[in-house]
Formats: sequence, C-alpha cells, structure tokens
Amino acid sequence: MINAVGRDIPDYLLADGKEVYQGRFAKDGQLVKRDSPTCVMHEKPVADKLCASIREACEHCDVHDGMTISFHSEFRNGDYTASQVVKVLVEDFGVRDLHVAATSLGDAHDLLADYIEQGIITHIESSGVRGRIGEAISHGKLKEPAIIRSHGGRPRAMMAGELHVDVTFLAASTSDKAGNASGVGGKNNCGSLGFAIPDSQYADKVVIITDTLVDFPNVPASIKCEDVDYVVVVDEIGDPKRIASKEARFTQDPRELMMAKNAADVIAALPYFKNGFSFQTGVGGPSLAVNRFLEDHMREKNIKMGFALGGVSGAICNLLDKGLVGKIIDVQDFDQTAINHLANNPNHVEMSQSEYANPGSKGSFVNYLDYMVLSALEIDTKFNVNVVTGSDGVVRGAPGGHPDTAATSKCCIIVTPLVRGRMPVVCKDVTTVTTPGECVDVLVTDYGTAVNPARTDIIECLDAAGIPHVSIESLQEKAYSIVGEPDPLQWEDKVVAIVEARDGTILDVIRQIKPYDFE
Amino acid sequence: MVIEKTAMAGTLESSDAQVTVSPADTLEVVIESSVINQYGRQIKATVEDVLDRLDIKQGLISVVDKGALDCTLKARVECAVFRSCDASLADIPWGGAIR
Repeated sequence: MINAVGRDIPDYLLADGKEVYQGRFAKDGQLVKRDSPTCVMHEKPVADKLCASIREACEHCDVHDGMTISFHSEFRNGDYTASQVVKVLVEDFGVRDLHVAATSLGDAHDLLADYIEQGIITHIESSGVRGRIGEAISHGKLKEPAIIRSHGGRPRAMMAGELHVDVTFLAASTSDKAGNASGVGGKNNCGSLGFAIPDSQYADKVVIITDTLVDFPNVPASIKCEDVDYVVVVDEIGDPKRIASKEARFTQDPRELMMAKNAADVIAALPYFKNGFSFQTGVGGPSLAVNRFLEDHMREKNIKMGFALGGVSGAICNLLDKGLVGKIIDVQDFDQTAINHLANNPNHVEMSQSEYANPGSKGSFVNYLDYMVLSALEIDTKFNVNVVTGSDGVVRGAPGGHPDTAATSKCCIIVTPLVRGRMPVVCKDVTTVTTPGECVDVLVTDYGTAVNPARTDIIECLDAAGIPHVSIESLQEKAYSIVGEPDPLQWEDKVVAIVEARDGTILDVIRQIKPYDFE
Repeated sequence: MVIEKTAMAGTLESSDAQVTVSPADTLEVVIESSVINQYGRQIKATVEDVLDRLDIKQGLISVVDKGALDCTLKARVECAVFRSCDASLADIPWGGAIR
C-alpha cells in the first residue's frame, strides 16, 4: 500500500492492525490504553538491592530465550554497558533468540554485530544504528526486520505495549544501594539520563549498573528506587570522553559557518523570533554552529530565549551563562561542558525521553518548540529527509529526535551542504524517508536557501527581510550538474528494517542491498 | 599511447581517486569506489572514455575512487598514463586528443 509520503509498504507488514503513514497529526485525539509492567512486590524491607556482578543480577531476572532487553545510549560511542551485559547473557547463560531494544546502537557495540552475524541476536529495535550493526542489518542477518523509531516514537511504543521490555540494564553514573540513580556525581558522568527513564518505568525488571555507589538517598534521582529491582557495581560503565563523537563536532569550516549564519538570518526574519522563543539544534556541524550566530541577532534585537531543548551542547550552555537563555531542558548531553552544566546550573534540568517527544502523551516539550535546526544525509525535492541510510543503502544513521521536532516545531530548518564529495544531498528522491517533507519548512545549503512552497508565510517574511531564496528543484539540478545524476540503488526484495513514523505507522522500509554489479 | 611501465596518479583522500596503470597484454579496468552503488557505471564510462581518447589498447588500469568528480577522474587517468610513458616531463598534452 502506498503511504502519505509515496512509499510502497508491503502488505504482509500490515498485519495485526499495523497501518501505513497517513500524514502528520493523523492520530491526534486517538485513545491509547497504556501498557503496564509486571512488578515484583518489595513489601518487606531489605538492607539493599546490591548484586555482586551482572551475572548475579541476571540470575535473579529470569533470563530466557526470546527475551527482550534494553539499554540507553547516553554514553554514545563510550558505552561499555550494553556489550558487557549481552556478553554475560550469551556466554554465561546461553541465551538465544535475543531481542535488543536500545535508544541507539553504534561503534561501541561491535560485539552485538558479531552476535547478529551468528544468529544469536535476532531482533533489533533502536533509533540509531551505526557501525557494524548497520552493516549486519543491511546484509539481511536478522530474522525479523529491525524497527527504527524516533526518540518520541520509542516511549510511545513502550506505553502502547508494542515494545515490551523484559529486563532493562541501565548504566548510571551514580546510584545508592536501593537504586536511586543519576547521570552526575560519579567518576564517569553522562549528564542527563533522559533516555533511561521510560525504560525504568515500563520494563518488567530494572537493573541499575553503576561504577560509583553513593550513600542512600542519592537524590535528586533520575531513576527512582521504587522502579529498580537490582543494583550492580562494575569497574567502569563507560567513557564520557567518547560522548562527543565526530557527529557532534564544532565546525571551523568556513562553508559550514556561512550556512549557519544564513540559517540564523532566517530565524531572525520570522515572527517567532521574539522574547521567550524556543529553539533546538541537532548535532551536525553546521546546525550546531547556528548557536553562535544566533547570539548576534539576540543582542541586536534585545531578545532572550525562553528555553532551549536538546540534545544539549556546550554552545547553548554558554548562551545561558551569558543570560540569553532562560532554561535548558535536557534529554541528552553531547559534550563534557553540557554534562557539567547540567550538574551545576539549576536552570538546566533533565527531562525524560517521553517528556521530550512522545506523541502518545498528553503533550511533550517538542509541542512547544518554535525553531528546530537539523542536518540531513539527503533531502529530496518534496522536502522529505533521510538521516538513516547512506548513499550505498546501508543503515548508518539515527532519526533520533529529527522526525519529532520537525513535525511539531513552528519552523524546521535543514542545514546541509548541497553535495558531500560526489554524493548529492539535495536529490530527486531520498533513499529512505525518515522525516516527511510536510514537516520540513526551510532548506539552507551552501548554494542557496529554499522554502517549502506550503509555507507562504515564511516566503513572505524572507522576501520582506531581503533574504534571497530559490526553488528546491533548482538546488537539486545544481547538485546533479556538479556530481552527475546518481543511478538508482539495486535492492533485494527482503525488507531488513522498518522505519516507523512517530505515531507508530509505517513511514518507509529498508531493503537488503544487492552487491554492486557493473552490468 | 602505450603504457610502458607502472605509474600512478592521485591520492586516497576524500573526493580524489588513485589511478595505477601497468603494462599488460590485454586491456583490463578494475574499479573500486566509495560511491560505486550510485556512480559505478559513470566512473567506468569516464575512465574508458579517457583511455579510448589516449588510444590505450593494452594495460591493467586500477582505479580506487573516493568520490572524485568526473573532472578529477579524467585528470588522474590521463596523468597516470602520461607518467607511464614519460609524457609527463614537458609539453603535457592535458585533455588533448592523442592519436
């Protein structure tokens, strides 16, 4: 069946009431009965919930073949926990047919890629899939298609009972003996534990893994002792230095800086740019750099930001410290500055992944967002964005909060170079739709700015401000004139991953890639 | 032109291509590319076009492409061939038809 972004979704995937994407806000007002975890009563006081090892905690958690486990990805590429736990389950307990549901998976998880190759891990549900796991998925190594969800789509799926986690293993920078856990105050801090909070509330069993055991009570706590079954102390939960990966770099590239400046000019030309406005940037180089150009506009017009959402980097923390931002609401930290800032500044507060972006809630923070600045791997002439598959068709990205913030923000701006090497970023049809074009309002490239024709209001504002803009088709033609028109990718029939829209409908599918053949 | 000895041009930097040519009895073109899925056919056509223009009938041509544009590919193939027959020392016939 063809969905609202023109993608053909195979009928066999539409079993058990699964639907195709019908447009942004199509599910607004629908009723959802929330799922509930099965909780073991802890009526009688115990001295503590400590286990000597991950292995001992697993012994108490009824581990079994076919079970679903989950992890958070606040340590990004520095995560040690997921690999440690999966190794124990597979090597010590012999668990097979393992289902892994993480907020993201990447270069820290090559061991999991080995288990996928060996047929031990048979199902993946995640936002990001980078590194070797993406290769394994794209080469059809999973029994069932992986499910790729946005940051808002994940807690929605947990609450709706579509993703039920048997045991969640949550790395925490500090914990007390009862499981009050936090991302700050320990020897390896990740800052916000926002990604872990829905898992602590919706998984049947909750195991906290920490390397810094602190006195009871460890408050304020991100994860509450009432939700925690066991606490394990290990040597190291992760390496915070590897949180700031190359995706989160701060650019010095003059081309990227020019794009960032142009994006800031667009922001300042729209009516939402007034005292108390709200703002978020993605973690790509040019979108992150918008922060520094925004400051000039704010000072010039004497405007202060009400709140910044994120995905928080040092750049926005600096703006708050200069008195230009009221609050930072934080689901994930991208660098050490942001982690320390969360720990020390009362106007920088943590939120859960569900509070951040869950469309199945009574209203998440993204619903109140004015501006969102994002990157893209590809954007097509219908403004559809791909952030999950590379130009070779291999899964190597993460929707993260991209689809959530694009859908809800008053103005979503994509900042990207026109071409990367020989790859045309602005193209006729994206490989995979991760964010529907109806959610994307402005495209800023190094060869010009384009506005979604549906946003006549934005076009009028840019014209009034004297900001030049062109059609997205002219940008696509310019890209192809430089690099040549790409040949279509060659796919097998097998669907290796399903891209879920934030409301749980099917937005697109990713098929197995065929080995390249010159004929 | 005739490939008289092994010669190389280009680098493995992003947006470049490294081209190596060696003498052989037949003409064989081997292409590796970071963008092969979308541009393999065009890269092959571009390389063959330059070889044809330089009248190369024999040789092993190895291209390791890192997303080079067509203009870069052409220059690298030409240069490797020129170097293989000492035509790169003076009066370089860049882009010219050598027949």
